[in-house]
Amino acid sequence: MALLSPADWAIVALSLKVGVVAVAATLPVAFALAWVLARTRFPGRIVLDAVVHLPLVLPPVVMGWLLLLGFGASGPFGRALEAVFGTSVMFRWTGAALAAAVMALPLMVRAIRLSLEAVDPRLESAARTLGAGPWRAFATVTLPLTLPGMIAATVLGLARSLGEFGATITFVSNIPGETQTLPLAIYSALQLPGGDVQVARLAAISVALSLAALIASEALARRTGLRHVA
Amino acid sequence: MSPDPALSVDIAVRRGDRLIETRFAATAGITALFGPSGAGKTSVLDAIAGLVRPARGRIALGGEVLFDAARGIDLAPEKRHCGVVFQDLRLFPHRTVRDNLLYGQRLADPAAQLLSLDEACAFLGIGALLDRRPRTLSGGEAQRVAIGRALLRGPRLLLLDEPLSSLDAARREEIMVVIERIRDQLALPMVLVSHRVDEVERLASEVVSLDVLAEPA
Repeated sequence: MALLSPADWAIVALSLKVGVVAVAATLPVAFALAWVLARTRFPGRIVLDAVVHLPLVLPPVVMGWLLLLGFGASGPFGRALEAVFGTSVMFRWTGAALAAAVMALPLMVRAIRLSLEAVDPRLESAARTLGAGPWRAFATVTLPLTLPGMIAATVLGLARSLGEFGATITFVSNIPGETQTLPLAIYSALQLPGGDVQVARLAAISVALSLAALIASEALARRTGLRHVA
Repeated sequence: MSPDPALSVDIAVRRGDRLIETRFAATAGITALFGPSGAGKTSVLDAIAGLVRPARGRIALGGEVLFDAARGIDLAPEKRHCGVVFQDLRLFPHRTVRDNLLYGQRLADPAAQLLSLDEACAFLGIGALLDRRPRTLSGGEAQRVAIGRALLRGPRLLLLDEPLSSLDAARREEIMVVIERIRDQLALPMVLVSHRVDEVERLASEVVSLDVLAEPA
């Protein structure tokens, strides 16, 4: 198999940029949602839970179309972005990151919620009686105890982002150098006569990246598992 | 001994569909909250610590009002200077014994300190446990670490929730001696929740009985 061409490297770099930005931006949102779903009871919680999980069960093409409606030139969010920041996510890598973030969100919320539910909330009240305010109690007790869940969420989110296809191509199209991530590049190469070699190279990269992410998460989970789980 | 009560409590706490009413003043020494399980002893302790908000009433500690429903005063738990030893201990599983012990000390006013870490370790006999994780401790060891963590917080009052209930006879004796030494050497007022007459008779100078009263809330 031939070594990677500069074009291949550009595709990998773009995919990683899209994935990392998507996961980094989604992590705090996913944590907040997981906390609300795990620790609070309010009418409409079931609806919120369902909406968060929607990207998991909806056809990605539909998700991409919904994003198009919202963030397109005439969509409410698209118009707001244009008016406030003079920018748009349409046909940009930021749009690809947004699509990846939305598709990764339910997986990340699930992973964090599971680990939050395993943390005894009474530990925080113990911290309060020891002189910690609510934020310090949260940051020194609950947050470190949910670290394994955050790692799992990061890896799942990254994997989902690197694999995102349907929502991305529907929302921001398939533009080399801007929105053409690995799966989209593979799809394009498949359309070309004689593209098999590039398909094989890009597929091999996908396998390697996924394996690396899984191994890294397993190694991290073992280390934090020894340190954090009661 | 101060002539002023260290702690005065006159509250009604909601617990499920019942209202638990209690009124007592505690001076130096040990005040026992005594009663059958389900009487709401832990709820009263939680109310003093600030973890449960009473439906009405007033709590004051050493002249400072911690809670006063009529005046709208309700100090946060971290501002009440109460050390709590929970029945389920609640040691932080992700921290070593040392970091558990120092958690409250690092946040406390140095002037309020009763003991240094070294003194606490000697006092409680836990010096050899400092680098261990809570999950590796025996019941008696964990109990002593929980007491140490509450003492190092520099409390003005120590709240102990059934500190002996989960221990075998030998460990019970050990912890009772520790509690007596806190009473006699540190002169720290304590409120002890217990359902056992023998513990209460041996340790407490005052007894507050809580009975299960079916009072509609």
